[in-house]
Amino acid sequence: MPAHSFRAASGGAIDRDQIIRFTFDGRQFKGFAGDTLASALLANGVRLYGRSFKYHRPRGIVAAGPEEPNALVTVRSGARREPNVPATMVEIYEGLVAESQNRWPSLSIDVMGINNLMAPIFIAGFYYKTFMWPASFWEPFYEKLIRQAAGMGVAPDQPDPDRYERANAFCDVLVIGGGVAGLNAARKAGEAGERVLLVEQMPWLGASAVEPLPDVEALDNMDNVTVMTRTTAFGQYDGNCFALVERVADHLPVPPEGQPRQRSWVARAKRVVFAAGAHERPLVFCKNDLPGVMLASAARDYANRFAVRPGGRAVIFTNNDSAYEAALDLVKIGVDVAMLVDARIEVPARLAAKAREAGIEIASGSVVTRAKGFKKLRAVNVARLSVDAKSPTAPTRTVACDLLAMSGGWSPVVHLMCHKGGRPHYDSDKLAFLPGDLLGYNQSAVGGCAGDWTDEVEPCKLWKVPQPSGGAGKAFIDFQHDVTTKDVELAHREGYVSVEHLKRYTMLGMATDQGKTANIVGLALMAEARGLDIPAVGTTTFRPPYTPTALGAVAAGEVGRNFQPERFSPIQDWHEERGAIMVEAGLWMRPRYYPKDGEDIHAAYRREAGVVRKGVGIVDVTSLGKIDVQGPDATEFLERVYANNFATLKVGRARYGVMLRDDGIVFDDGTTSRISENHYFMTTTTANAGPVMAFMEKLLQVEWPELRVHLTSVTDQWAGIAVAGPKSRELLAGLGTDIDISNEGLPFMGVAEGTLEGAPVRIFRISFSGELAYEIYTTSDYGHALWEMVWEAGQPFNVVPYGTEAMAALRIEKGHVAGPELDGLTTMEDLGLGRMASRKKHYIGSVLMHRPALLEDDRVKLVGLIPVDRSLNLESGALIREMPFHPNDRPVRDNASFEELTETPEAAGLLGHITSVSHSPELGHYIGLAMVVNGPARQGSRMYACHAVKGENIEVEVVSPHFVDPDGKRLRD
Amino acid sequence: MIRINCPFCGERDHSEFTYSGDATKVRPAHGSTDMEAWLDYVYLRANPKGSHTEFWHHVHGCRQWLVVERDTTTHEVLNVAFAKPLKSGGN
Repeated sequence: MPAHSFRAASGGAIDRDQIIRFTFDGRQFKGFAGDTLASALLANGVRLYGRSFKYHRPRGIVAAGPEEPNALVTVRSGARREPNVPATMVEIYEGLVAESQNRWPSLSIDVMGINNLMAPIFIAGFYYKTFMWPASFWEPFYEKLIRQAAGMGVAPDQPDPDRYERANAFCDVLVIGGGVAGLNAARKAGEAGERVLLVEQMPWLGASAVEPLPDVEALDNMDNVTVMTRTTAFGQYDGNCFALVERVADHLPVPPEGQPRQRSWVARAKRVVFAAGAHERPLVFCKNDLPGVMLASAARDYANRFAVRPGGRAVIFTNNDSAYEAALDLVKIGVDVAMLVDARIEVPARLAAKAREAGIEIASGSVVTRAKGFKKLRAVNVARLSVDAKSPTAPTRTVACDLLAMSGGWSPVVHLMCHKGGRPHYDSDKLAFLPGDLLGYNQSAVGGCAGDWTDEVEPCKLWKVPQPSGGAGKAFIDFQHDVTTKDVELAHREGYVSVEHLKRYTMLGMATDQGKTANIVGLALMAEARGLDIPAVGTTTFRPPYTPTALGAVAAGEVGRNFQPERFSPIQDWHEERGAIMVEAGLWMRPRYYPKDGEDIHAAYRREAGVVRKGVGIVDVTSLGKIDVQGPDATEFLERVYANNFATLKVGRARYGVMLRDDGIVFDDGTTSRISENHYFMTTTTANAGPVMAFMEKLLQVEWPELRVHLTSVTDQWAGIAVAGPKSRELLAGLGTDIDISNEGLPFMGVAEGTLEGAPVRIFRISFSGELAYEIYTTSDYGHALWEMVWEAGQPFNVVPYGTEAMAALRIEKGHVAGPELDGLTTMEDLGLGRMASRKKHYIGSVLMHRPALLEDDRVKLVGLIPVDRSLNLESGALIREMPFHPNDRPVRDNASFEELTETPEAAGLLGHITSVSHSPELGHYIGLAMVVNGPARQGSRMYACHAVKGENIEVEVVSPHFVDPDGKRLRD
Repeated sequence: MIRINCPFCGERDHSEFTYSGDATKVRPAHGSTDMEAWLDYVYLRANPKGSHTEFWHHVHGCRQWLVVERDTTTHEVLNVAFAKPLKSGGN
């Protein structure tokens, strides 16, 4: 077949000087710059584009835009392979490789075509009805079989090599759609001086218009107007915010240097103009899916924009006026239009006259009852409708043609308007869903999407062409999912009434095109079957994205390490040089352990913690939350937010404090120091730094504005180094300082300000490890240098750096609670901190902590655990039970009865769970902290730590959670 | 994306803020030991359809607590004001 045999010699908005070579299913083709894959292939006479989803029927092009249901192709290869792209949306470029889908071994000989002959069994709900039994066959067998037979394209199996970006846009007016109406709206807003953003999904402006539009040039000359083509507004969100995807480089072989493949935008608009146009609907008759049957507007677009004759001899079939213009344009480009079949008895006089003048025969009050042909259209059957329009009448004429251009009316593109949850309004004159109440504040709709069109003669209802008696064959509603009129009828017979159920049962509208051309026909037929009006049946829900959107564009680079920001202490470089293995703590990256000589995590933390107990170690504690609290009422404020007493805290001293929530549950803990009369330095846990700050700000701004207190988050301003171990004082003595660090000068819980090796510091004699220890805070810019100096000073003592794992081991040995115990369910009493809670003052949570249920003895409370067989490991998360459990004796079985599920934990023998475990360097075996029902009273008794997943039952003994130095002697030495 | 017109920073995305619930609940006075009042304040909330007065914290902005009036059916923001009484002292 000669190249471009279906291309007119002139015309169209294509650049004939730029010839572009590409391949489809391995065959070389030529097209012109400005062609889509669909237009270029049509120009080359290609009519067959794919096999249908269920029946493997040959399919051709139906549309010219994103609503295309049939011609889905896979473009590119390797890591850039992209399946399920409508050929109508692919701009050709030199070397483009595209392939058809869902066929084997080839598009024209497809062995699964047998499905078509077996069609009677592939009815609605086929999968549900057929592959239900036996259930165990589903995963290994049925699913694979179905996926292969009903496959779409194949996703790439390599990482996406392209980059995606996120960007933000702000405008006074966002115009969605660059057709005639949108351009006009943008121009008006632009001329009024508003900041305008116009987005258009296609590469060109003006939609179906081919002649240059004056508005385009006018917009070009306005600095306050930005026009983005190849950009789809795919989602509407609150506050007139829209998600856009800009296809920056999809029309090029690879993205240019420095450019992303796609850019995802969040556009925030003061005002929105929807100008998204309308989709033409197919007509439903026998074999309406034959290649060669397409939408009249699409045929017209191919003729006008691409100078392509989508066929040699055409029949037009319509129920409304719009197809007349399509017929005339087809004649103009040299298509022999044999007949215009109009279902209406009264035809539009002016248009009909023009058509007749162009030599087109008009068959009014008639319908196409059947398309004929095997792999492509060869003829159509045309018959007059009976007077009641319920059946075709004899005689039937057979008209030879290779193109049927159909128009079943128009569906306004209300999709985006519906994203906020509204339903469109059905207009029974226009036979279309219109925006109605969908438009929110500062929103309007213009043009096709507002139903802004007029017919000389009203369109007639023709949801389905009546069949001649005895007529057989499938009439498709949803081409992409192979849903026929019979499927809808069957669903109705089986009792389906809701369109949402109809959709899921028949899969109508569930394909990648989301039923853009199919939905309204399906629900109209459902309404007809139920004897209801369309509004009574309703519509399905429109959700983003409007068209399929690459996940890469949605993620926009926020993957892997870029998923969220990372916070590093100023000492990070040192940790990295020492090969520290890092761990995430919220956004913070902290050293977990520093492996030495091939140590694993267990060996490393045991060594590190052991050194702290016997010598000295240093740990980076920069990530702790730090809040500067100042003001005349600072003391009163702390009295209110902490459950324990702070009024008696002297200047130069620190105190451990526990904060509750209003409901009496423990919120956070930390150490707060009194720097001067009205100045405190508060620390919080790493995890709760933000929430504590926000809560305290609320108290001061909203609840207690009379308190004169100012809060400043200083987490980032201070770097923290903890020096811990019996040799920590000796280590500090090796550093030049103006601070008296003797036991008398800086006793346990003492605080001093001064300098250390010239760096400004605050030294706190506080200890998380339970050893003699100091926390040294310096301004962040000195952090790294000071750490190096401490490290140097520690060399004579064989100082080690230790990570969070050793820190955890040390705190578990001491029975200090942390995140796993402060789980939002525990009270101070539960955690063994009950005696700290003040009984003399009011504080946050002081009332609700006394709720009866929080005071009961049989609450789960903190205890220590040791394995009776000291060689065994404990695991956090293990359940604590009085008896071991057998695999057949699980507390909650898969098929547990309601009674079993609602049994109390006690009844199931469950007493609690292990929160934290560690190997104790001091004791030489595993230890654990656990929350156990009435735990403290059970000290000395034995129970079982049961790990259901591993099937392990380890006998444990309940002990005090203070495993090491319970009296705290070491802290004070 | 709800847009909130912070009286200090101007109109910003809601992702800069954190939501903190009903702003019409009155916190019992500090020192109140009325457990019923505390239970009501901590746990009981109406779930109105339409206008809702609620706290938002401009956590990634000026860190001011705001009282926002929002329509729960459309998410339209009807009014925004500082939560803090304007004439008070303190911070």
